Amino acid sequence: METLYSITPLLALLVSLAAVPAIVSSRNMNAREAWTFAAAFIKFGLVLSMAPFVLQGGTIHFTIAEVIPGVPIALKVDAFGLLFALVSSSLWIVTSAYSIGYMRGLDEHSQTRYFSFFAISLSATIGVAFSANLLTMYLFYEMLSFATYPLVAHNQDHEGRVSGRKYIAYLLGASVLLAFPAMLYVYVQAGTLDFTAGGVVAGNVNSGTLLVLALMLTFGFAKAGIMPLHSWLPVAMVAPTPVSALLHAVAVVKVGVFCVFRALTGTLGTGPLSDAGIGTIIAIFASITILVSSLMALSQDELKRRLAFSTVGQLSYIVLGVALLTPAALQGAMMHITMHAFGKITLFFCAGAIFVASGKKYISQMKGIGRRMPITMTAFFIGALSVIGLPPAGGFLSKWYLVIGTLESGQIAFLVVLLVSSILNAAYFLPIVYRAFFCPPEEDLYKNESIKESPPWCLYPLSITAIGCLVLFFYPQPFFRLAQLAVSQIMGG
Amino acid sequence: MDAIPYFIGKYNYWGCIFLFFLGMYAMISKTNLIKKIIGLNIFQTSIILFFISASFKHDATLPILMEEHKGAIDPVMYLNPLPHVLMLTAIVVAVATLGVALTLALKVYRIYGTLEEDEINHAIQSH
Amino acid sequence: MDPIMMEFSQHSPVLIVMAPFLLGMAAAAAGWANRKWAFPMAFLGLLSGLIAAIHMLIKTAKGEILVYHMAGWLPPFGIAYRIDTFSALILTAIMAVALINLVASRASAEKDFTEKAPAWYALYVFFVSGLAGMVATEDIFNLYVLLEIASLSAYALIGMGHNRAPFAALNYLLMGTIGASFYLMGVAYIYIATGSLNMTDIAVILQEMGPNPTITMAFALCMTGLLAKMAAFPVHGWLPNAYTFAPDATTNVMAALTTKVSIYIMIRLVLSLFPLSLAFDTGIIADAMVWLATIGIFAGAFMALAQKSFKRMLTYIVVVEVAYMVGGFWLGNRAGMTGAMLHILNDAAMTLCVFMAVANIRARRGADAFSDLKGLFQTMPFSMGALVISGLAIIGIPPTCGFFSKWYLISGGIEAGHWGFVIALLSASIINAILFFKVFEIAFFEVPAETFGQNSREHESDHHTHHGLPSLAMAEARISMLIPLIIMALTLLALGFMTGGIVNLFIDPAIPGQVL
Repeated sequence: METLYSITPLLALLVSLAAVPAIVSSRNMNAREAWTFAAAFIKFGLVLSMAPFVLQGGTIHFTIAEVIPGVPIALKVDAFGLLFALVSSSLWIVTSAYSIGYMRGLDEHSQTRYFSFFAISLSATIGVAFSANLLTMYLFYEMLSFATYPLVAHNQDHEGRVSGRKYIAYLLGASVLLAFPAMLYVYVQAGTLDFTAGGVVAGNVNSGTLLVLALMLTFGFAKAGIMPLHSWLPVAMVAPTPVSALLHAVAVVKVGVFCVFRALTGTLGTGPLSDAGIGTIIAIFASITILVSSLMALSQDELKRRLAFSTVGQLSYIVLGVALLTPAALQGAMMHITMHAFGKITLFFCAGAIFVASGKKYISQMKGIGRRMPITMTAFFIGALSVIGLPPAGGFLSKWYLVIGTLESGQIAFLVVLLVSSILNAAYFLPIVYRAFFCPPEEDLYKNESIKESPPWCLYPLSITAIGCLVLFFYPQPFFRLAQLAVSQIMGG
Repeated sequence: MDAIPYFIGKYNYWGCIFLFFLGMYAMISKTNLIKKIIGLNIFQTSIILFFISASFKHDATLPILMEEHKGAIDPVMYLNPLPHVLMLTAIVVAVATLGVALTLALKVYRIYGTLEEDEINHAIQSH
Repeated sequence: MDPIMMEFSQHSPVLIVMAPFLLGMAAAAAGWANRKWAFPMAFLGLLSGLIAAIHMLIKTAKGEILVYHMAGWLPPFGIAYRIDTFSALILTAIMAVALINLVASRASAEKDFTEKAPAWYALYVFFVSGLAGMVATEDIFNLYVLLEIASLSAYALIGMGHNRAPFAALNYLLMGTIGASFYLMGVAYIYIATGSLNMTDIAVILQEMGPNPTITMAFALCMTGLLAKMAAFPVHGWLPNAYTFAPDATTNVMAALTTKVSIYIMIRLVLSLFPLSLAFDTGIIADAMVWLATIGIFAGAFMALAQKSFKRMLTYIVVVEVAYMVGGFWLGNRAGMTGAMLHILNDAAMTLCVFMAVANIRARRGADAFSDLKGLFQTMPFSMGALVISGLAIIGIPPTCGFFSKWYLISGGIEAGHWGFVIALLSASIINAILFFKVFEIAFFEVPAETFGQNSREHESDHHTHHGLPSLAMAEARISMLIPLIIMALTLLALGFMTGGIVNLFIDPAIPGQVL
């Protein structure tokens, strides 16, 4: 396997951070948004520029600082990291456009702060994606928690305060009390924290300790939203919708599962975990989360909250994929990061677009809205298909691999979980679409006749991501290849 | 019994330690600030005495060399001068501490009009 | 290098104490001549100290140990100063912290003390040179004298405050003198047993002598005295009042340095004077100290939770941080000691930063009760930014320096199997997070009542904001206070990234090889 030492990953990480002073010092909103776009495009370009090399099976390394013996702050771009970075940096461009439409459309306050912390969050996300060891990943993980706090608390009202408190309490509390000591314990035992195929603790700890470590790392990265540490996500929906869309459907939550993925496969190792039967235990936690959150989603009337519970469930698909520890399951989990990202961001964009255009947040108010906002609701339908896992949307492919993974591992119970959950997903999404298109609008809901499609800055992004969902079904090769490569890198094959 | 000679033979140290705890007792349990400061002084003095008495030797004299001592000098005949020198410094420190303590006590008196600790605490709480 | 510089550079170990001390006197003298000259004198004193410190830092980094014999008298008869890598590091930290705070505090010092400002500058510099001397000296009695120089200046500096300050200073004086006297009593025992005052010399003698009850007693006395001096739980009582009521300019430097230097002395005595076997072989002393620290962390953290003003809350955090270092050191393994020693440096930096931020807030708002902090993120964004970074450092979030010392401390705890201490450290992180988020929330979500609707300026983009707070005009601290604060905040990040180098070059060589 080829190895390259290059500063490109660091630049890709820093570019959005470097944009912050420019955003802050911008005199007007146009300049501010221009800087955001510039940063987003450069970031995506830098990430993309590494793709050809990584697709050939190479890895790119960069060491930022030697901080602790055996554990530097270092970056490594491998297939899995690149896959995640591609997803988040490409969607940042779309979200930036959407942010403009949303924030201007609603005349939001403190937009400078909003765009600044958004940029910082993206830096942290890319940092997690490119981390070479657990310490570096923890560093960016915490950075992301703090950078998203002002976004969650954006409204600066009582609700924002309560939600922000819950948000930081869950994320910080879990990482400091569970992930951090687990990481230190691994360090004391193994002397290194590098992500390596097969893990670093093999032979150093007994299976009881390994179980405790696995649980501490799985729940410690609470951004993955495994029950019972999921309830920060629904409350985080008080944030402006672009934040919910990119951060709480893509960046933040995917960082959570990404960290769990890395910690389980790269630190503890797939071999030791499956030998000790620990994967099954984590898979059970994930399965419970999948089913319970889907049931909870059914009863939510606020659209964003329903989407949030759906996200909780979908995240656990990925964790389930990791926990099954078979090649197909791992590949499915990785692909699901991409597929779910595109699907869910579309859904959130639609929810925001509806809010901007009509001020409506509740599903019960959305009867007949499809006739007034046909493009938005069509996009919503496509996004929903992807999340449910039906063709011709990308979500179908990742679920397919997950299903194969359950068969590979011979644990049919989890196959049942996946199928039941898909039915539940359909049950909480399709009625929305049905109502929007086929129910006649109730007159008192639409006194204001001027409601029509959302502003173009909102409409184009959501159309793009919706088309993305379809394209990923027909042309998944780049991500497919990356996931394949990543599996072979992780399994040490 | 070895205990009695042990105690009597080191009576000077026991005396110092008595003063040491006496001073500390006054500093902690007296409520009047001036009494506390007096305790402080006793406390510091006890250490000075401890050093000095440790350097004392029977039938020895001050280590001042005279003209007539040319030739061999027998160290047994002289007291160790170093502890005395150290204690000279310690006395200076003690005096300085006393000065600062009294200044602060004066300032406290000007603010609260009393030197009784409980009255000061009462004044702080009612403020 | 030209010959005059050569001549000076040889004397760095003593210049670091004498230059500030003499220029401090000059600053006091300026009070009688022209008050304008006091600040430049103090500044020059500390600057020359910093230069000397950096010079020694570079020299020791090359593996040299600097030994300086006062007036050419060789130990054990003369006083020697001995500077190894770690003491050079601490000296640099002391001088840098003191210098930055001097610059930042100038405005408030001139305003608060007016005609007494020269006296304040002089005492400030005496205090710092006393601390520097404590770190540099190898003579245990000289250490006592320098300890008292630093302490007496500290009592006076605190006593220059208003209202409750003199009373708090007097209590500090009583407690501090008890601590120093215990130490002096320990010196007496050591001297009686060995006849020497030089640390290296004593260490050799004690090695030959073997176990000895007098030395055990001396050890106990010295440690007790130092624990009182460093405000370790349960003898921390003097600290919160003294630091809360002292003038801000004084608190900043004192909170950052006093306790840290006492811990340094403790570490130095255990590592290079007393036999290591005395401290660690039985395990009883070490265990007791770690448990004491564990209890101290919880006690200090819970007391911090109960406070109603920001500065006072921070004084309890200082008590907690002391317990980190005491506990970490007494774990007795290399990781724990490294953590404690690294934390001396990091804690000095982050304590200074956080207290400077509070000083800026107090300078603007005139108070620091939690209810006075409303709307600060809008009115003082830069000071609050620095406050956030120092808060993250105290909580222990990477890449700030506080995270890395915690890393070593906790891994030391894990290695030693001291789970109580590990849990205490983790809980302290959480409690610190609660403490700081309490402040952040008030500053972010609440609006000061009197400005609501009156002073609010039109929003940048908007006629009516349907969410969020009314905009407040920015009212940052003066630039001379702000820039040092921002420098310190960036230092916290830089120190984090430099952890590896600091540990390899300066801390690791100072820990004896037999500590694993």
